[in-house]
Amino acid sequence: MSTTNPSDPAAVEPTSSPPEHPSSAPLAIHDMTVAYHRRPVLWDIDYDAPPGKLVAIIGPNGSGKTTFIKAALDLVPRISGDVRFFGEPYRQARTRVGYVPQRGSVDWDFPVSALDVVAMGLYRKIGWFRPVTRRYRQQALECLDRVGMADLARRQISQLSGGQQQRVFLARALAQSADLYLMDEPFAGVDAATERAIVAVLHELRQSGKTALVVHHDLQTVTEYFDHVLLLNMRLVATGPTRDVFTNENLRATYGGKLALLDQVGHRMTLGQGNQ
Amino acid sequence: MSSSTCQYRSGLRPRVSTGPLGTVVRFAHPFMVTGLLLLLSTPSNALPAVITSQAPASRPTMPLPSPVSISGATPATRSAPGKFARALLLEDYNTRVVVIGTLLLGIGSGIVGTFMLLRKRSLVGDVVSHAALPGIAMAFLIVEITQPGTGRSMPLLLVGALLAGLVGVGCTMAISRFSRIKQDAALAIVLSVFFGLGISLFTIIQKLPTGNVAGLQQFIYGQTASMTSGDVRLIALASLAVLGIASLLFKEIALLCFDEQFARSNGWPTGGLDSILMALVVSVAIIGLQSVGLLLVVALLIIPAASARFWTERLGPMTIIAACFGGLSAWLGAVTSSMFARFSAGPVIVLAGTLFFLFSMTFGTRRGIVRRLLLQLAMRRRVGRHDLARTIYEFLEPELPLLESSAHPGSGDPLCIPLLVLQDLLGRRTWSPKRLGRLIQSACRHGLLQVEPKGWRLTSEGARHARLVARNHRLWETYLILHADVAPSHVDRNADLIEHVLEPELIEQLVEAVMDRYPQMDMPPSPHPLAQGS
Repeated sequence: MSTTNPSDPAAVEPTSSPPEHPSSAPLAIHDMTVAYHRRPVLWDIDYDAPPGKLVAIIGPNGSGKTTFIKAALDLVPRISGDVRFFGEPYRQARTRVGYVPQRGSVDWDFPVSALDVVAMGLYRKIGWFRPVTRRYRQQALECLDRVGMADLARRQISQLSGGQQQRVFLARALAQSADLYLMDEPFAGVDAATERAIVAVLHELRQSGKTALVVHHDLQTVTEYFDHVLLLNMRLVATGPTRDVFTNENLRATYGGKLALLDQVGHRMTLGQGNQ
Repeated sequence: MSSSTCQYRSGLRPRVSTGPLGTVVRFAHPFMVTGLLLLLSTPSNALPAVITSQAPASRPTMPLPSPVSISGATPATRSAPGKFARALLLEDYNTRVVVIGTLLLGIGSGIVGTFMLLRKRSLVGDVVSHAALPGIAMAFLIVEITQPGTGRSMPLLLVGALLAGLVGVGCTMAISRFSRIKQDAALAIVLSVFFGLGISLFTIIQKLPTGNVAGLQQFIYGQTASMTSGDVRLIALASLAVLGIASLLFKEIALLCFDEQFARSNGWPTGGLDSILMALVVSVAIIGLQSVGLLLVVALLIIPAASARFWTERLGPMTIIAACFGGLSAWLGAVTSSMFARFSAGPVIVLAGTLFFLFSMTFGTRRGIVRRLLLQLAMRRRVGRHDLARTIYEFLEPELPLLESSAHPGSGDPLCIPLLVLQDLLGRRTWSPKRLGRLIQSACRHGLLQVEPKGWRLTSEGARHARLVARNHRLWETYLILHADVAPSHVDRNADLIEHVLEPELIEQLVEAVMDRYPQMDMPPSPHPLAQGS
């Protein structure tokens, strides 16, 4: 990983775990607040992703895990805050970031094959107006092979099982050949074979020095699969190496009390638009 | 422009493989360019402004073979089929111009419609066309007031339609964005309000001293017959533009339709692409107003695309098939309309499209009803054979523990497999003798049973099959009991349904989950008493 511009760490706000190279961290979020329909769902997030690690994003339903990823990728507007990928705004760092959306976010009845979907990860590389040539199809096929689905390449995507669909999405992100991957619930509702395949890919990524932030819902497997955790519940509860941070106490803080006040204030902001 | 250089470069370079649409474009280009040149090289005054005016005057001078010879029929009705054939074959120059124009429109709308269907924006075309009506009326009024008598100038009317159509789409987006009203309601509101406004304006126009709505009526129902060569050129240009843009931006638009968020995260300008797609819809809808009419433009957009979906699981072929269906139905409609004065093209085009749709829905090779029924039938037959095989296995099991020993699964010598008679199996399931007989016949055809003088015998293939089916059944039963806490008396029925759809991968997992309880065995024993024959 190239750390071209290491600035002095003292200039950075104190966070829960100060990173070594704040300016070139794969993902550096500063003071991010996000709202849907004026209702804040994430408050004041400060986070620096550690390079070369697998990070689990953990939190109860509605804690803003998906929003966290989407806001970082400029897919939902931020009220405030600064997000940098490898020291640059997303616009400039796009090619270094791979994204695996939730499986439910698309219509799987769409008339494309598994290979077609994976090739979409190469479209940027292919460029405007040009068709997907054999060379790129070959690349897409290699990515499908990495998730163990080369033999299903020609199948229409609705004829794949849920786990296979998830693997297609993962392969599409692999095709982007990024340095940082943001994955939204890749393990949700998948079969054992898919789970193994995804874990293998994650390990592969880590070995080649890539970083992955993975929204994860299965607390049982967190310590087994991930080096770092990011506990989220409308705000950042805790973050750091799994063995230090993935504690009962922190989990209680994440899952236990509903953050009644934050929620209420958020609700007020929705209702009292003209009443402030 | 970088786009055009790109296009030329990729056109000159021998491409390894182009998208299917690209192929079509390459094949279609010579024809279309010829058609366009033909249209453009014609001096406008060579064409009568209104083509219907030639209907009775230009009766065929050469004698036509008349297939219908009903005595007493007027010459006009007698030659109608001949005229239709002539029109279909584009022998008549005027018809040819109109038909080629409408054909191109159908092709263009088929392509755009595919994208709209997949983007789940089927009704946007409807909004555009309805919203265009007040635009037409206003354009007419403005022109009529400033320069009386020239109100029916087609380009100006279309500009009015275009502007109003855009305003309509804009209103829809604004309503669903800035209020809590959902998209479908917003579409319904805009569509009806604009249409109402348009009809009211038409009423006003009719009350004007010079006003006459007759010429404007065609926008509601569509009439290719009143097309001038200029109109046709416009249609041809618009359709070629649609074709060009769609083939250039094929993969970009496909990505937008499939996964907008991913496209955006990848840095594709989804807003811009969406606007281009909208522009395509608006132009097709506006151009289509004249020939199909605003009520039915949406059908020309959506029906070909919906029909095409039955034939393919790939986007490229779907687009091409939709273009073909669109072109064909437009052609049929245009031919009919150009033959008979005052005959609306829109309904004929839509009816032709509907015929294609019904045909596709029934016989489509991918999603058609017939295919689905055949698949269901095949599945039912397979289930029947499975049931028979398992029943036979259960019948034979107590007598022949060695036959299926785990050492030689399925390698039983056919000679030591006992003979079966109908009575052995009849009481073991709730099946009629007739059905059982049919199942046995089917099993014989598939080589699972062989006919003997006094009954039937399992073939070695049949024995292997029977064992496999019984194993799947029991694996599932045991899994339900061990892991899902289902009572042994209840698992049989469930397993009866599930055993037919277990895939090898699942069976492996079942073996993993269940078989450690039965170390020396190849399949778990039946967890419940088996039904005995009568």
